[in-house]
Amino acid sequence: MTDARGRLARHIVDLPKSGIREFFDIVSTRRGVISLAIGEPDFDTPWHIREASIASLEEGCSHYTGNAGLPALRQAIAAYVRERFGGAYDPAHEVLVTVGASEGLDVTLRALLNPGDEVLYHEPCFVSYGPEIAMAHGVPVAVETHAEDNFRLSVEALEAKVSPRTKALVVNFPNNPTGAVLGREDVEAIADFAIRHDLILISDEIYAELTWGGRRHVSFASVPALRDRLVLLHGYSKAWAMTGFRMAYVCAPAWLMDTILKIHQYAIMCASTPSQYAALEAMRQPAEDMAPMLRAYEMRRNFLRAAFAEAGIPMHNPAGAFYAFPQIARFGLSAREFAVRLLDAENVAVVPGTAFGACGEGFVRCSYATGMEQLKEAAARIARFVKTL
Amino acid sequence: MEESLLEILRKNAKESPETMAMMLGVPAGEVEAAIARLEREGVIRGWQAIVNEDLAPRAPVSAAIEVRVTPEREGGFNRIAEQVSRFEEVEATYLMSGGYDLLLFVRGESLLAVARFVSEKLATIHGVLSTATHFRLKTYKQNGVLMARPGEDKRLAVTP
Repeated sequence: MTDARGRLARHIVDLPKSGIREFFDIVSTRRGVISLAIGEPDFDTPWHIREASIASLEEGCSHYTGNAGLPALRQAIAAYVRERFGGAYDPAHEVLVTVGASEGLDVTLRALLNPGDEVLYHEPCFVSYGPEIAMAHGVPVAVETHAEDNFRLSVEALEAKVSPRTKALVVNFPNNPTGAVLGREDVEAIADFAIRHDLILISDEIYAELTWGGRRHVSFASVPALRDRLVLLHGYSKAWAMTGFRMAYVCAPAWLMDTILKIHQYAIMCASTPSQYAALEAMRQPAEDMAPMLRAYEMRRNFLRAAFAEAGIPMHNPAGAFYAFPQIARFGLSAREFAVRLLDAENVAVVPGTAFGACGEGFVRCSYATGMEQLKEAAARIARFVKTL
Repeated sequence: MEESLLEILRKNAKESPETMAMMLGVPAGEVEAAIARLEREGVIRGWQAIVNEDLAPRAPVSAAIEVRVTPEREGGFNRIAEQVSRFEEVEATYLMSGGYDLLLFVRGESLLAVARFVSEKLATIHGVLSTATHFRLKTYKQNGVLMARPGEDKRLAVTP
């Protein structure tokens, strides 16, 4: 087709290609790679959850559910969010079951933004935030976070980027790719900032259960003053190892959920029914399901931190999610060069920090959602590799 | 620390003290001392390989045997259970609730060897009322490990 570009949606054509995608293409040409580049659990979904999904199919639960999701599931979600996050949501009007947290963010942004509205988000971050904002006709405005600050989001940095056109702020802690977490005082300061500037706060807390060193996640849902302007995104992919089920949810005040639901209803209809039954089963014994995985992640995180220290690779202290974000700038290579040469020399895949925003330059993301044997081998190879630089 | 240490060792008894120390965030000397202490206290009773007998050369025959016994005035089931456990054919002995008292896991070189153990050694013990022997046909899982070879990692090599 001639002039394809002219026929396509400009705001989509102009989106950058995902840096992760580019790196995936390089890695997938090779065999026997030890990959620390995978942003999903290495554990399979607990068997009782898979079994419940199979049983639901055997019973013929293969039809649509209500747009917002199974009522029993929404009730279980509201109870979990109250207990675990400290937020009170009405399951009938304030909880929506979505196809991954990415859908939750998409429908939220589309419900909120008029063309030209600005949305603050912090980098380095999950690859989708900027593009999702742009796809909803908003203007993404990145706020940098830094290793010296343990990648916390500071109000000073936010103040520097906020404008009269700013409509919303997207935050993600525990953070992919840095492993950063926020303390109570950070959460309250950011909440205060959002209130002061009359912003909607969209908090992606998908890694909420994955915090280390005795820290417990502090949810924005636990700040009562935010209630009317907070959108909470959470789901089953990480803590329950259910990525392929694409099960997540949005909690938002009724005035906003009404409009969010309208988009979900027309675009998605409802989340996959067998997946919803799996999620319902996942709500039965969350602590028991997560405990062995969480213990394993924490030990691997300790191991990787010690291994990088031994190899002379500086790293801030990752206190959440399953990512380490070591600083490789001192070896005189760009993040991309480092990742490509490491892959060439040692067949170990890590993701260049620049895939997560420009200020990820000088860092690489190493996922420890990988068995100990592979992690040990990868750490040894990385140590050997940096000695050659 | 000991709980986490045992968790690591249950999965991989060959993990080096250095790696375990890194995983637990303690000095290696502390890990070695803790293992020595656990061995001394009898919490760790030995170190074994998990063998898939279906693939091992000269696979032995093994059986689960339900044993009903008469409890004794002094010591209940203990004396008989300990006596039975001394036979080298017996791999494991458990006191059970329910329809029988002791559950034994027994192995021998052949079906005949196990049968002879039951009829000549076990059933003749004073206090043993009855036995029911079930031969193992195939092992699917043992010590928490699936015997089927793990499949390939089904995840993509790079994901966001």
